[in-house]
Amino acid sequence: MTVLRAPARPRTRRQLSNRKRLGRIGLNTAAVAVFVFAVFPVYWMVSTAFKSNQQIFTTQFIPFPTDPTLEHVERVFTEGVAGHSVWRYLLNSAIVALGTVVVGAVFALLSATAVARFRFRGRTSFLILLLIVQMVPGEALLIPLFMMIRRAGLYDQLLGLIVVNVALTLPFAIWMLRTFVAAVPKELEEAAWIDGASRFTTFWRVLFPLVAPGLVATSIFSFITAWNEFVFALTLMSDQSGFTMPVALRYFVSQRSVDWGAIMAASTLMTIPVVVFFLLVQRRMVSGLVAGAVKG
Amino acid sequence: MANTSTIARGGGASPAPARGHRDDTPPRKRGGLPAWVIPYVLLVPGLLVIGGLLLYPLFQMAVMSFQKVGLREVRGAPAESVGFENYTKLFETELFWTSLRNTVVFAAVTVALTLILGTLVGLLLNKLSKAMSTFLVVGIMAAWATPQIASAIIWRWLFDAESGVINWALNALPDWLSTLLFGRADWSGEPWLNDPVSIYVILILMVVWASFPFIAVSVLAGLRSIAQELYEAARVDGASAWRIFWRITFPLLKPVFAVLTVLSIIWDFKVFTQLFVLAGGTSNREAFNLSLFSYTQAFSAPVKMGMGAAIAVVLTVILLVITFFYVRQIVKTEDVR
Repeated sequence: MTVLRAPARPRTRRQLSNRKRLGRIGLNTAAVAVFVFAVFPVYWMVSTAFKSNQQIFTTQFIPFPTDPTLEHVERVFTEGVAGHSVWRYLLNSAIVALGTVVVGAVFALLSATAVARFRFRGRTSFLILLLIVQMVPGEALLIPLFMMIRRAGLYDQLLGLIVVNVALTLPFAIWMLRTFVAAVPKELEEAAWIDGASRFTTFWRVLFPLVAPGLVATSIFSFITAWNEFVFALTLMSDQSGFTMPVALRYFVSQRSVDWGAIMAASTLMTIPVVVFFLLVQRRMVSGLVAGAVKG
Repeated sequence: MANTSTIARGGGASPAPARGHRDDTPPRKRGGLPAWVIPYVLLVPGLLVIGGLLLYPLFQMAVMSFQKVGLREVRGAPAESVGFENYTKLFETELFWTSLRNTVVFAAVTVALTLILGTLVGLLLNKLSKAMSTFLVVGIMAAWATPQIASAIIWRWLFDAESGVINWALNALPDWLSTLLFGRADWSGEPWLNDPVSIYVILILMVVWASFPFIAVSVLAGLRSIAQELYEAARVDGASAWRIFWRITFPLLKPVFAVLTVLSIIWDFKVFTQLFVLAGGTSNREAFNLSLFSYTQAFSAPVKMGMGAAIAVVLTVILLVITFFYVRQIVKTEDVR
């Protein structure tokens, strides 16, 4: 036994480290596999946008554009999709998204300040109401909102879409922003009060600058939601010149012969701003959505 | 307990007397308002939007589900009440039951797959080296950030009958393997988007692809919050990885899983955009889920908004029941009071 034991020890140690190394290789292989699964569809979109039609419409596998071309990108800007230059749709989407952000941010900040700074009768009910309305499916509100927007004379107008998007994003925006307001120490405001500043001055000069990063995060969330919104844009816009990017893309894809190169170029254009903004607020979105359940 | 009438813990009311000593004039702009009114004033715009554009339409939807609302009524004619007719008709329609079945089966499969894959990737992220984990997070972010409409179009392109990369890949499999797995070797020109079953297979893949990153990142955030000593102690005791997961990780992350499950159910129940694009609009009735069915009733000729509203009511009732569990969980863990 004792004789055996002496050489046995180093061997087990080596085995262990071998097993560890194997484990590491296994983990990294899994990571690469998941990475490929996640990235491949996006990669395929971007690479199709730069392939020539000959390389697109083939039964061969062409892993990357060997002869990259800008013809599709050019075409979506000049000839356009669904009858208008893609500029038009990007502009419509930008107007809707920015309008939603501006109105939504003001409203959200006011409500978030109320909830985070004051204890008042009905506060808990309001917070629970926020959680519930967040979950009501927009698709279910489609019919009555369609009627209301029509009656208000906002059918086929970008303003109608802004109104709807503010409603859809506001509950979550308030929910997200209230933690930022609560994080600003009250003592700062109290100090300003003692120095004789009015409530409004205190709000504008003390609270607002400190909440600004939260306001940016919330605004980006609203921007992404409004930028991507499809169902209402589909039902509240009948005139092609008022289409937002998602509706234009879908319209384009339902044409009989699909110009995949152009549609992938247009989809890429639509995705870029989202990805950029997304990288900026992804953490906030996780903590906002999972709320307090994850503390870390 | 929450409805205390005292206004602020120090915030709103207490500075007032302190200021009173030096200066008797109240703060300029909002000075006229008594302190207890302020939060209500601040809430007015938010409440108007939520009340007017979310709650009132919800009520309207319920009302409309008891009315006959066709094109004439959309144009302004008063709607006629039909009692429960929309509902009784709906429950007699074969299409309602296939839509309901599609909705429920799709949600069940997708939620299960998303949670399993998301959790596994979350655990993986936690085990990887820093560089590797950053690499993977950036990768899954690509799937997560892609707009729904773009992802629907991409997946349509992947599964394109003529030039889709999926048909190429299936053809590239050795014939014996393809035959063994799928019972066929030739996939050239396979039209995936005509048949409701294959539409749903693609839809499941696509939605899992788009939503597992959120689960993974949330689980990772949860894992990072667990004290490492617990794992060290378990490892010293020689517990297996399986046992460690079910005895330590899972119980501690239970609230996270509860919220993630409910959120996933809610999201997957109302999938619209991706299905609308994959199924090619409203023509493939076999592929309807409740959202698409409701949309079709309300917006395709002949316009039956009342019927569409009735379907939306059914969907909303299901979702509100699920939301109840979500709200309860959040109220438990978050400081709402």
